[in-house]
Amino acid sequence: MTDTVTQSVAQRRELIAFRIGDQEFCVDIMSVREIRGWAPATPLPRTPSFVKGVINLRGAVLPIIDLGARLGLSTSEPTARHVIMVVHIGERTIGLLVDAVSDIINMSDDLVQPTPDVASDQVKTFVKGLFALDGRMVSLIALDRVLPETEAEAA
Amino acid sequence: MSKTVLTIDDSRTMREMLNMALVQAGYRVIQAVDGVEGLEVLRAEGADVVITDINMPRMDGFGVIEGVRADPAHRATPILVLTTESDATKKERARSAGATGWIVKPFNPTKLVEAIRRVAA
Amino acid sequence: MDPFESIKATFFQECEELLTDMESGLLAMEQGDDDSETINAVFRAVHSVKGGAGAFGLEELIRFAHVFETVLDEMRSGKLPLTDEVAKVLLRASDVLADHVAAARSGGGVDEGRTVGMIADLQGLIDQDRANELGLNDHGDASGADEDFGFVPVVLSLDEPATDAPDVDIAALLSAAAEPAAATPTWKVIFRPRAEMYAKANESALVLRELARLGDVEVSLDASGVPALDQLSAEAAYLTWTIRLSGDKSEAEVREVFEFVEDDCDLTVVREGEAPEMAAADGAESDASASAVEAAAAAPLDLEALLARVAPTAEPAPLEIPPAQPVAAAPVAAPAPAPANLDVAGLIALAEKASQDHAQAAQTPVAKADPKVDQKAEARAGSGAATAATPTIRVDLDRVDRLINAVGELVIQQAMLSQRVFESGLARSSDVALGLEDLELLTREIQDSVMAIRAQPVKSVFQRMPRLVREVADMVGKKVRLVMDGENTEVDKTVIERLSDPITHMLRNAIDHGLETPEEREAGGKGAEGTVRLAALHRGGRIVIEVQDDGRGINRPRVRGIAVTKGLIAEDAVLSDDEIDNLIFLPGFSTADVVSDISGRGVGMDVVKRSIQALGGRISITSEPGKGSKFSMSLPLTLAVLDGMVVSAADQTLVAPLSNIVESLTPRAEDVHLIGGRDAVICIRDTFVPLIDVGVALGFRDTPLPPASGVAVLVESEGGGKAALLVEAIQGQRQVVIKSLEANYQHIHGVAAATILGDGRVALILDVDALVTTSRRKSPRIEKRMAV
Repeated sequence: MTDTVTQSVAQRRELIAFRIGDQEFCVDIMSVREIRGWAPATPLPRTPSFVKGVINLRGAVLPIIDLGARLGLSTSEPTARHVIMVVHIGERTIGLLVDAVSDIINMSDDLVQPTPDVASDQVKTFVKGLFALDGRMVSLIALDRVLPETEAEAA
Repeated sequence: MSKTVLTIDDSRTMREMLNMALVQAGYRVIQAVDGVEGLEVLRAEGADVVITDINMPRMDGFGVIEGVRADPAHRATPILVLTTESDATKKERARSAGATGWIVKPFNPTKLVEAIRRVAA
Repeated sequence: MDPFESIKATFFQECEELLTDMESGLLAMEQGDDDSETINAVFRAVHSVKGGAGAFGLEELIRFAHVFETVLDEMRSGKLPLTDEVAKVLLRASDVLADHVAAARSGGGVDEGRTVGMIADLQGLIDQDRANELGLNDHGDASGADEDFGFVPVVLSLDEPATDAPDVDIAALLSAAAEPAAATPTWKVIFRPRAEMYAKANESALVLRELARLGDVEVSLDASGVPALDQLSAEAAYLTWTIRLSGDKSEAEVREVFEFVEDDCDLTVVREGEAPEMAAADGAESDASASAVEAAAAAPLDLEALLARVAPTAEPAPLEIPPAQPVAAAPVAAPAPAPANLDVAGLIALAEKASQDHAQAAQTPVAKADPKVDQKAEARAGSGAATAATPTIRVDLDRVDRLINAVGELVIQQAMLSQRVFESGLARSSDVALGLEDLELLTREIQDSVMAIRAQPVKSVFQRMPRLVREVADMVGKKVRLVMDGENTEVDKTVIERLSDPITHMLRNAIDHGLETPEEREAGGKGAEGTVRLAALHRGGRIVIEVQDDGRGINRPRVRGIAVTKGLIAEDAVLSDDEIDNLIFLPGFSTADVVSDISGRGVGMDVVKRSIQALGGRISITSEPGKGSKFSMSLPLTLAVLDGMVVSAADQTLVAPLSNIVESLTPRAEDVHLIGGRDAVICIRDTFVPLIDVGVALGFRDTPLPPASGVAVLVESEGGGKAALLVEAIQGQRQVVIKSLEANYQHIHGVAAATILGDGRVALILDVDALVTTSRRKSPRIEKRMAV
């Protein structure tokens, strides 16, 4: 899994940073399989609004999660400029819809600060830590929580 | 060339164990799953030592010993039988049939190799 | 994998096979087969389980297997006759043995009480005195089994390098001997082989070599017994060796070297004190007076003379030191031999020569290493079992799965390509279009062939059932004979894995509900023992599994009564016998007055049916009162592909499994009626069935489609009823590759799976049964009015 912040002291890792609106987030580069442009997804019935549907990724059926919506941020309809980050979460592979990929960061775990209490519950659920980078604030996403509830346990 | 050991055992587990221990000790191993096949393989390919189980379908270990000893080409081929401690009578029977020695199951690779060394150059 | 672990895995795999063999043997014995080979085979299976368990130190397993084996051995030797009662006990013991194997495999525990009880039952089969004699009565005591089995704890250590590998470097050994030794000679061994020793292919040289490994040795040979050449018998033994061994070895260790030969030789092992003539540590190897015991000549010169007598035909210089005959590569170059080396090596060479000559006296030359033979041998050793009659290869399942997936992609690509070409306006008769047609045929053929690779006989599922039947029968106090047919019927692996649960349920149901108690059966003029038949067959491109019992059959008035009471059918509903029988599949229906332990577990036939339908399968029942019932379940041969009808609903492309579809029709407005607010029914040939707007049912839109502007697809779920799915249009029929939604997401109600269409986009495959069930649950009033 990707949740290794607490695992060891000052472990260095590479992260992929990306934008949603004017906020910056990141995930461990090891969990990212590929990054591809947005293509229309086949909607799934009776799913939460942040599940945009499924796409065909070389024969596999890949669910697309609108990460902005998942985090409770305002989102707009995806366009060709949007990006899908294909990530591994446990045994599953899913696509995360984000605005753009912005950076690859090399940093050490001890720079990660806990999410402050001021953050909303929804944010705290999905953000497992923050760190500063060139004056910007980047939030580390807890990937294992982005799938709908029932799946978080199963995954 | 390394010595060839023919192992005859109907249990795949036992064959694999023998195989592993023997190959690691530098022997070449050929296998057969019962006595009938064992004698066929021995005739076809020859072996420097024969290791045989006793309880097997089609032909048991005693049959193997008698078969090997009756074959002029293999009269002098050493035969080790796999026995358990409880098989004292079987060991005796195997001996009188012409078994060269025995290996007590469960065996340990060192003992196995030692037993072979005692019967084969 | 660690080779030890890998062999352990092999062991458990083999156990599965052994347990299966054992069980079929026992089942044959239960039918009265007391052929010695049947009993032997069962004995061997248990014996092999025990043997392997011994190697891995699985003590619980060994202990139980030992008792079991001992009883079987009694039977094998004719001391215990086979009776029905005995067979039953043995069958139960086989189940306990299987539990032990499973526990050993998972590292879990076993039901200790059951084991002890079983051991007692097994012992009960044997006469008490005899059991004592066999040491069977102290089962609680580890020593009983240990003593008998000679159990050595896990012995096969692979990490251990071959330190004791037979890289016998005699020269090195002996150069040690040549050093001015502080060690005193402590053992004197006199070894006089008898002819029998050579007859068993033992060789003095090897024994001496082994002895040399124990410490510093001095060997002298008494060849005075060797007669003149013309009197030499190839079958006789003439030599006596005397060996002085120094070092700190015990007598037992010394004697162990002679373990194989001690009964075929005269052997004396005595501790030698500070014998005056041996006190000189520099070794008096050429001093003939050194040994008062034997009048032997140990000097090289004497040896040569001896050799001249013993083996006059041998090459003239037999005294060269033979290479140490390393079986593992001899690591070091032999140091310059010291005089002592020559002595022993020479003696050994002589001894080898002597026994070889002896052994080969009457034999034809052994064919030596022909390269072709070698290759064959290697191939044989590689393949392990050399019995295969038809050539087969073993392939990793993953590889086959990858191949099947790739072919699935090929099918999709081919469909996409065809669609593009068609859209581009090329004539059907153009070369490209014709080539594509051939490609499509070829693709289909490849797909079929590839699917056949993964097909497996249902045997793997069937063979688990006898035990289940025994246990269920025991639990409900019924006598059951299980008959199985068509175990070799093949079906795709994806389906095999899903067969077990429904078969289990059907068998439980047949025993628990279908069969009568022995008393009832006898009262009804049947034999006390009921028969349940489990069969597999291919029919119409599907696999059919049948579970048939010769029990009481379905009590139709009672079933009907329950259905009415539970509001499942109208009181005045007119139902055929078949329709009544199939009521048991309706959700919430349970025929058992008391929910028994067996068919209980909270699973009714409705759930069984739903799980079968989720696989694209159907289940139905036929029954004859007093004679029995038969469940038939049919499933597609594969879950990898499906024949579907591609439809559009709410701007989405969806696939309905063809197996569910009865017909499609364009609804007329006057045939559609609203019930309550929005629930519609459609009248098709005087029968009302629910009309389900697929777009609405899936939540893709809120407003239902005006029925007349769409197409109704009449779907059927056996026994559960019919419904009409309202969609905008039908695009056509197509075989589609099934893709799991669960793999990366989760199950979605109303969706069975997904597929990828010719345009590369994902389309959902409808779970027709879930849609129908949902509509029924929503509007129970309809159901009363419609035929089931």
